[in-house]
Amino acid sequence: MTPTTAPTLERKRPGPPGGPAGPGWDRGFGQPDRDRDGDAHRVPLARIAVWLVVATVTLLFAAFTSTYLARRMEPDWQTLQMPGILWLNTAVLAVSSFLLEWSRREGLKQQLPRLRAGLIIATVLGVVFLAGQILAWRQLAATGIFLASSPHSSFFYLLTGAHGVHILGGLIALFYAVGKTRTTGSVEAVFEPAATFWHFLGVLWLYLLVLLFWI
Amino acid sequence: MTVTHDHTHAEHRQSFITRWIFSQDHKVIGIQYLMTSLLMAAIGGFLSMLIRMQLGFPTWNFYWAQWLFPGGFADFKMKPDFYPAVVTMHGTIMVFFVLTTALSGGFGNFLIPLTIGARDMAFPFLNMMSYWLYPPAIVILLISFLVTGGAAAAGWTAYPPLSALRNAVPGSLWGQTLWLVSLALLIVGFLFGSLNYITTVFNLRARGMTMSRLPLVTWAQFLTAILMLLSFPVLFAAVIMLLFDRHLGTSFFIPSGLVVGSQLVTHQGGNPILWQHLFWFLGHPEVYVLILPPMGIVSEILSNNSRKPIFGYTFMVGSLSAITFLSFLVWGHHMFTSGMHPLVGTAFMVTTLLIAVPSAIKVFNWLATLWRAQIRFTSAMLFAIGFVSLFVTGGLTGVFLASPAVDIYFQDTFFVVAHFHFVMASAALFGLFAGTYHWFPKMFGRMMNERLGKIHFWLTFVGIYATFYPMHFAGTAGMMRRIFSTTQYEFLRGLAGMNMFISVAAFGLGIAQLIFAYNFINSWIRGPKADRNPWKSNTLEWQTESPPPHGNWGAHEPTVHRWPYDYSVPGATDDFIPQTVPAVPAVSGAAVDESDGKPT
Ligand code: HEM
Ligand SMILES: [Cu+2]
Repeated sequence: MTPTTAPTLERKRPGPPGGPAGPGWDRGFGQPDRDRDGDAHRVPLARIAVWLVVATVTLLFAAFTSTYLARRMEPDWQTLQMPGILWLNTAVLAVSSFLLEWSRREGLKQQLPRLRAGLIIATVLGVVFLAGQILAWRQLAATGIFLASSPHSSFFYLLTGAHGVHILGGLIALFYAVGKTRTTGSVEAVFEPAATFWHFLGVLWLYLLVLLFWI
Repeated sequence: MTVTHDHTHAEHRQSFITRWIFSQDHKVIGIQYLMTSLLMAAIGGFLSMLIRMQLGFPTWNFYWAQWLFPGGFADFKMKPDFYPAVVTMHGTIMVFFVLTTALSGGFGNFLIPLTIGARDMAFPFLNMMSYWLYPPAIVILLISFLVTGGAAAAGWTAYPPLSALRNAVPGSLWGQTLWLVSLALLIVGFLFGSLNYITTVFNLRARGMTMSRLPLVTWAQFLTAILMLLSFPVLFAAVIMLLFDRHLGTSFFIPSGLVVGSQLVTHQGGNPILWQHLFWFLGHPEVYVLILPPMGIVSEILSNNSRKPIFGYTFMVGSLSAITFLSFLVWGHHMFTSGMHPLVGTAFMVTTLLIAVPSAIKVFNWLATLWRAQIRFTSAMLFAIGFVSLFVTGGLTGVFLASPAVDIYFQDTFFVVAHFHFVMASAALFGLFAGTYHWFPKMFGRMMNERLGKIHFWLTFVGIYATFYPMHFAGTAGMMRRIFSTTQYEFLRGLAGMNMFISVAAFGLGIAQLIFAYNFINSWIRGPKADRNPWKSNTLEWQTESPPPHGNWGAHEPTVHRWPYDYSVPGATDDFIPQTVPAVPAVSGAAVDESDGKPT
């Protein structure tokens, strides 16, 4: 089909390193073994994506953290009292995370009704957590502590707010997973990534608590 | 051109809107990104002409400019506070709205699925969202020229307190807010994009496409996406905090005791240096976001037009990865004058010099690829070679700047402007041109005019050296980076002539780009039809139709049997062997690809 142009071979180096196969230093790493034209991916796409989201959000909070640590060195720093309701919120989020894990294990045992029940309760607890956070804000505001009152209060509102926005995202994913349990039997594709993200947000919350009130 | 029928993908009938506007096809999104970026390049380029007009001819009257920007001119001369706004918008547009979007958004979208043998991105809807955050960001950014106070004027780096106090400069009133909001939107779009790219490269490679057979252009896009995913959230955090400082009374970045307009600022206790750290933690990786994709593009074009395998493929991948990693450790070299501890400065000097090592490896490998090759001087090839030249010129001055002792003198002079216009701005632009000339046939199914391309190259190449090279001398003579006019200080008067020369060269450079614009549009409409593989290339995208159909591959996805650089293999009949050719009958070239990827 293409007219062959005879290359002048004498001046060329011998073949490419590693021959036609390529260097091969990855030993076929990630040699995609999915079916041709099929959708049977070795790792579900959403699972890769959720870890990338976790990485991005981690860097976001790392940036807040470094600013926080530097800012608290300034002379005008004063640490707030931790609002008591945060204990309750933390407990709610922890239970939500544990329930999610429990329901995942039940799901593995094909106990679909339990999976569904656990997932729904975990989601509801997530909503309760968010409501609790808003309550914490209102309590604080009632005592006259606002966003601009002190550097620590600025960070408190900023960090809990940014966390809350991500909780909202996690809730949307959980709601989506709940919806999936109704229509299809297999929910892993949605459930697993949503659960990963949710646990991450739980750990992130503990981290923020420590950062804000214990160091 | 025959229409291919997709057997696997359901023949969904697409309306004009879903096909060309809210499209989820990576090729359309890539072209949308590219076209929008080129449009923005025209705007950003026009702003640079205003800058040069002012610096070259500060005493002239500019009637038309006053008519165009009634708020920015008085008595037909530029107002001093309009100048920094122009510089800020020029920098912001070029870095974030042209080069990032064109190279990563445009070429990344178009090339990643095609070069790995996928039918589309992993998340096409997210991909569409990524693009559609871009036009609103543009509108918000450009509207800022019209609001009270005008556009943001604190530089593309937006250092507080200038950017944080709303009465610090006119542009800080509303323009800076719009700047921040616009950037926040764009960042979210970039994050969607990089998430998509990484997942796609991980998981959607065709059978046989191992990582060590990935074309370098795809490697570069992959690593760029990682860079973006990990650096842009940091800028996002900074943007949010700056918005809080501006509008909600917080003091993250605003120090105590500032007086603006003889009034004491109520904010206190913040630290503006924190912004610099956050900004440059993004900012330095960002400059590599702009240069890695061109490095990939150039590697591809150099190998293809030298008709030789790329020299040191493994080292190319290794140095790309090393650059990606190191670029997170050097941000302090932008802050040597911020009062940092000399020991910290030295540490940043060391990491900065280290990054020159992988950069040099790449340059040597490119040169070795050219060595004794029978080079085919296409327009794309000329721009690729030009890229290497510009990258070396700019990289060398980077090594000077890396030393704190030297940098304290050069910081915020035109020497730095010269440095980054060579190594980043022009080099990345050359990567963009090289890529456009090379992949235009695949994007639009038509060839660009080579003669015009070569004229465009020579004018641009000479124009860039004439424009930016003298800036080294202006900087060495002490000319400040964002100074409004050479008439402002006695010692700058002597540089008026040089600035006039630079301006004339810059105008010539600007006009030469019209050739490209004409060639682009004209070739799009009536260029000669391109066949599948006009450059006799090995990579997968050239083994399908030009332009590729929806779904890219017809009935069957390609299978990959070899790496992408089998050029001039001894004993082969053709001087190229596409990646789809099985290893066994290695002697027959293009003849074999009949069996694969092409439905009949
Ligand atoms: C050989 C490697 C390089 C070294 C050692 C180097 C070093 C430096 C240093 C020390 C500065 C700070 C100068 C100052 O503000 O006083 C600087 C500025 C800059 N460099 Fe490089 N550089 C290198 C390569 C690059 C590359 C590859 C790019 C982009 C693709 C780049 C883009 C920039 C930009 C945009 C600035 C100015 C930022 C600003 O202040 O607005 N550099 N470089
Ligand atoms: Cu840098």
